[in-house]
Amino acid sequence: MIAPGSVAVVGAAETTELGIVPQLSEIGLAADAALNALADAGLKPADVDGLACVGNFRPQALAHYLGLTPRWVDGTGVGGCSFMLHVRHAAAAIMAGYCNTVLIAHGESGRSRVAGAPRPPEPGSLPGQFEAPFGPVGPPTLFPIPVLRWMKTFGVTEEEIAMVSVVQREWASRNPRALYRDPITVADVLNSRMIAYPFRILQCCVVTDGGGALVMTSADRARNFPQPPAYLLGSGESVEAQMISQMEDFTTSRAFRVAGPEAFRSAGVTHADVDHLMLYDAFAHLPLFGLEDLGFVPRGESARFVAERHTAPGGRLPVNTNGGGLSYTHTGMYGMFAIQESIRQVRGTAPAQVGKVEIAVCHGVGGMFAASGTLVLGRERPS
Amino acid sequence: MSAASQRPRPLPTPETQHFWDGLRRGELLLQRCGDTGRAYFPPRPFSPFTGTRDVQVFRASGRATLYSYVIHHRSAPGFTPPYAIAVVTLEEGPRLMTNIVDCPQTPEALLLDMELELAPTPLDEEITLPLFRPAGGGAP
Repeated sequence: MIAPGSVAVVGAAETTELGIVPQLSEIGLAADAALNALADAGLKPADVDGLACVGNFRPQALAHYLGLTPRWVDGTGVGGCSFMLHVRHAAAAIMAGYCNTVLIAHGESGRSRVAGAPRPPEPGSLPGQFEAPFGPVGPPTLFPIPVLRWMKTFGVTEEEIAMVSVVQREWASRNPRALYRDPITVADVLNSRMIAYPFRILQCCVVTDGGGALVMTSADRARNFPQPPAYLLGSGESVEAQMISQMEDFTTSRAFRVAGPEAFRSAGVTHADVDHLMLYDAFAHLPLFGLEDLGFVPRGESARFVAERHTAPGGRLPVNTNGGGLSYTHTGMYGMFAIQESIRQVRGTAPAQVGKVEIAVCHGVGGMFAASGTLVLGRERPS
Repeated sequence: MSAASQRPRPLPTPETQHFWDGLRRGELLLQRCGDTGRAYFPPRPFSPFTGTRDVQVFRASGRATLYSYVIHHRSAPGFTPPYAIAVVTLEEGPRLMTNIVDCPQTPEALLLDMELELAPTPLDEEITLPLFRPAGGGAP
């Protein structure tokens, strides 16, 4: 096991513009974010010797576009949490000596679709045979399918779930870069346009263009960079089923239950140590599953925990402080933006800074509960 | 369902052909692990429980219960909104995605854990889809 704090994020940035950016293609968004992150670290592309990315462009495309000559490459693509896995894999590669300075980059033209159109599943693939014929049209029709079962199992109400969107909009209102910033009420959520019952439009993420990038290196070098390092204390990853219909239990994510505890264990931290939490929220039930499956609250109690404002501004466990995928931004692979907010909070530079963050946990999902990655980041390197 | 349905059409593979052949005859075929006796889905020529290639195809009862669903309110090729996209639990254990026919597509009519039965529904000459209807053949 890699000792906690052996590697650090020394550069982090999003695209110069975020939200509606039709003037850049997908690879262009990734390159813009990469150059911003390298500048944040005081580096040039030639300083990079490791590259990880995912999207409609492969690592060889982005490497050549940026003029890199990597000696370590990772194109792991398990959906929106791929970047959590990239961070974890990069840590191992740096410790193995495969590379010294890793760039992890994301760009997606999720809204404008400049050189990045989604494709329906192959008719002979398992989703093409066993899900597509029954009418799903993308994540809004698939990801919320477990919600009614989860609600019935734990006696959760629609009003309680609606509070997730309300609280995250409160955070977004503090963030000038958030796509939506006007306050909303539970009634606004429940009266918004029905998309896929039980979820309304305000319970589905925004759809945007943008990107983000990270620069990682060994902790021994981390103090030589312009920005305060965010040390990687621990991490975890897993996958479950590509098809949500084949998810083992609609009230809990196995991938979350593998990745989360592994991250805590490898970091040597407990829930009480966590000052700040990011829970990937493509849809409003994801932070609730995250709170439960990562063990922050007992199963079935997450919605009431949110409704009681424990994750809201002023609450004891600030969650999704950028406004999340529901209000801040969601290009299609939101994990990079969750990590960016964790880094800002650890550095103390977030628009809605929650005080001094010693320990931040950042948890991502890929596909429809198909994959998961969890990071534990810290302000100090454990001695 | 009309032959002109615009639904996405599944393309059987060698590993799944028996499943689609069965549905064309009105039969829902599952597979059983030779080591554990447990049924599994989707079709594959080995057990996901133990990895054994000792597996048998068998005919399922067609009885199921409603596990969860969404009701989609936007249009989609081959569907008239609102329509439910459901996941059902088969009596033998596996779950599959389906649609619930002969039933209003409303939260009031679609009750979790309600009993369902197989409603094999031809899409064209080759493909029959495993849809389900409320047990007893009609809306509750």
